[in-house]
Amino acid sequence: MLDAKIPKGDLDNKWVDYKGHCKLVNPANKRKMEVIVVGTGLAGASAAASLGEMGYKVKAFCFQDSPRRAHSIAAQGGINAAKNYQNDGDSIFRLFYDTIKGGDYRAREANVHRLAEVSSNIIDQCVAQGVPFAREYGGLLSNRSFGGTQVQRTFYAAGQTGQQLLIGAYQALERQVALGNVQMFARHEMLDVVKVDGKAKGIIARNLVTGELERHFGYAVLLCTGGYGNVYYLSTNAMGSNVTAAWKAHKQGAFFANPCFTQIHPTCIPVSGDHQSKLTLMSESLRNDGRIWVPKNLGETRKANEIPEADRDYFLERRYPAFGNLVPRDVASRAAKERCDAGFGVGTSKQAVYLDYAAAIERYGKTEVSKKGLSNVSQEEIIALGKEVVKEKYGNLFDMYAKITGENPYEVPMRIYPAVHYTMGGLWVDYELQTTVPGLYALGEANFSDHGANRLGASALMQGLADGYFVIPYTLGNNLADEIYNAPIPTSHPAFEAAEKTVADRITRLKNINGKQTVESFHKRLGKIIWNECGMSRTEAGLKQAIADVQALKKEFWSDVRIPGEINEYNPELDKANRVADFIELGELMCVDALAREESCGGHFREEYQTPEGEALRDDKNFMYVAAWELKNDHEWALHKEELKYDVIQPSQRNYK
Amino acid sequence: MSHTTMNLNLKVWRQKNTKTPGAFEMYRVENISDEMSFLEMMDILNEQLITEGGEPVAFDHDCREGICGMCSMYINGKPHGPWQANTTCQLHMRAFKDNDTIVIEPWRANAFPVIKDLTVDRSAFDRIIQAGGYVSVNTGNAVDGNSLPIEKAKADEAFAAAMCIGCGACVAACKNSSAMLFLSAKVSHLALLPQGGPERKTRVTNMVAQLDKEGFGACTNTGACEAACPKEISIANIARLNKEYIVAGLTSE
Repeated sequence: MLDAKIPKGDLDNKWVDYKGHCKLVNPANKRKMEVIVVGTGLAGASAAASLGEMGYKVKAFCFQDSPRRAHSIAAQGGINAAKNYQNDGDSIFRLFYDTIKGGDYRAREANVHRLAEVSSNIIDQCVAQGVPFAREYGGLLSNRSFGGTQVQRTFYAAGQTGQQLLIGAYQALERQVALGNVQMFARHEMLDVVKVDGKAKGIIARNLVTGELERHFGYAVLLCTGGYGNVYYLSTNAMGSNVTAAWKAHKQGAFFANPCFTQIHPTCIPVSGDHQSKLTLMSESLRNDGRIWVPKNLGETRKANEIPEADRDYFLERRYPAFGNLVPRDVASRAAKERCDAGFGVGTSKQAVYLDYAAAIERYGKTEVSKKGLSNVSQEEIIALGKEVVKEKYGNLFDMYAKITGENPYEVPMRIYPAVHYTMGGLWVDYELQTTVPGLYALGEANFSDHGANRLGASALMQGLADGYFVIPYTLGNNLADEIYNAPIPTSHPAFEAAEKTVADRITRLKNINGKQTVESFHKRLGKIIWNECGMSRTEAGLKQAIADVQALKKEFWSDVRIPGEINEYNPELDKANRVADFIELGELMCVDALAREESCGGHFREEYQTPEGEALRDDKNFMYVAAWELKNDHEWALHKEELKYDVIQPSQRNYK
Repeated sequence: MSHTTMNLNLKVWRQKNTKTPGAFEMYRVENISDEMSFLEMMDILNEQLITEGGEPVAFDHDCREGICGMCSMYINGKPHGPWQANTTCQLHMRAFKDNDTIVIEPWRANAFPVIKDLTVDRSAFDRIIQAGGYVSVNTGNAVDGNSLPIEKAKADEAFAAAMCIGCGACVAACKNSSAMLFLSAKVSHLALLPQGGPERKTRVTNMVAQLDKEGFGACTNTGACEAACPKEISIANIARLNKEYIVAGLTSE
């Protein structure tokens, strides 16, 4: 049984007590201690900046050309915080409860409570940095609602909340770079963790411009490298998002937890053809005002606007009257898939449903009319006023939709379909965010800790920043306090030498395959296998087949991939090959995990386990645990369980009806 | 909607590295759907090149949804191509016709050296931010977010400036390779908000000094930057930057 080192005491006091009693490192010693941060998204940039401010010597790494590019930047909708500014009954407990329930009771109570506790501090910190959140006319911060909750606790900056929060963290990071506390390594990719006496003491990184391998020492290594959604090839992740850093950690002994818990986001622009390289999300905030529907009749041929109300099926409002269009993501996605599979899908592919703004435009138009005290207003004028309001709220999203599809979403309903968006699984970490390798930490989406089997909207930004700004500054010190007695390890140490050789050998091996097929073609094939068998719904037979298919694909990859160019130069195809090789191995583990979890929960839906109404059927008696996998050999993992104890919340069948 | 396909001639800048001189190469791609994004068309070119035993064209890209600021192609004489308020990754092939010849170049500016083909080094932008593009507030120092009401109009204006994605199109569009629009967006974002108040003078002075040091050209107010900006950052920000700079200079102690 794994020990998560959860502090004793009441849930409300665990974090307070921890902070009051954890060990500290004095300022003079911090100045002598190097810490490595890999990844500069919300978790990485906030951690690097905060640790730099505290006095640690930080080395930060990102594979992009600048830390500001990290994919946190693409988050649209918002960030949750239990501020209760709207006086609508919100509280730390309610945010904690919603997150646990939204995660279908597969997250750790103590971590989630801590997340809810620090959520308010995040908003304060970001405001102080100058993050331009949306405001009301009185000058105070504005909120909106998001899926899976009944309060308005989401703070936002139009449809660019992730961008604004990341720029805030990036600026804090650059300030520390200017002060000399953080050394920034852009266009660098971590390719291995270096362990000395069982502890993480550094990394091997590749300079992506020159191809050179570099050795970097650190008293601790923080992986803030995001999720692994790109295993599916098509996802809303950035093209460069990858699992490589986390996977190297896994190979060095860090357990990988709940890899099959992946989130399929309900509102994305549908696939248009085989050329598609990525999918684009339309923010969940659109479900605040938009209504989702499909035609009621099979074989409907009329255009969306010509289908009368009586012939429309608002299936989310029908199935879930209490939450309607704002049910959690896993529920909304499955409901859309169900309708499409039953033949009611729309568009040329029939793999899409409508997201309709006509009602919202009219409603907002009428509000404007009354706000402005107008009379004798024609229907056209009402619509025009309504469009203005919608434009202010969601303009950038509507523009994006128009550019991609060539259709005007102010006039015709948008077509949407679920797409891979986020991965709840990740490296197993304890309460201190430490993996099973001492000295190696995982923050943000890279760890598994807070979202259980399904993440609620506007919670990823919250978790990334909570981990980086408010958790790791305490928990890291608690462990580094004992490290002050150990001298830094020179990078000439045999452990560094051996690690560099392993990395160099693998790159040479990859390059020398000289086969016929491109990296991209392998990635696409992997994606299809995983999407079909380990996507929105899974079966025993399908998963077994997928495992065999992925194993065969791995063999083929290592004997027939073609990588052009040289090793010692800027070579994006080589970088990609390194990443796809790791995705293939991860894909197998995802299927192994999905096969072992004989229940349905959150984003993990096994067709064999469902209620008569088609809802996910959990098996708390047998599967109330975190599945943490230890790599034993090629294709061989050992399962370690962390039992989930619910002291405060009573798990029940999730009900959004 | 009906979809069409097209065949295209591509005239692409190829350059092995910073030190080696580059040149244009001609390529042909066929059966390109008008539903593809421009970068998906480039993916097809690269798959073709790799399969034929050639070297793919290196270009920067990441989010492919117009927000990370990484993509950076100069297409038919315009940064990010023909569409207004758009990034290369969001440009779709509907913008082109069968048998068009498309010229694709990297950003051209001394301050943005070419790394390879269409990839350039924009780290100068990071160094400009390091010179003062932040509010000096350590983690944990903040008071309650609502203790500082900010006039909505001001907050919206600050947000409009803060939308800059740091792509460098403004520099590529400018005949002087000036980075004034980029700089002014950050100076404006922070000057418009009370949080930016205490460091207002040192920020603008230091950031302008760094801008000059990086070798960007001067601004002659032609407005090409604003026209090319994918986020429609207004040139009015440059006026505000100039005001901030002059005030800082006149009132320095």
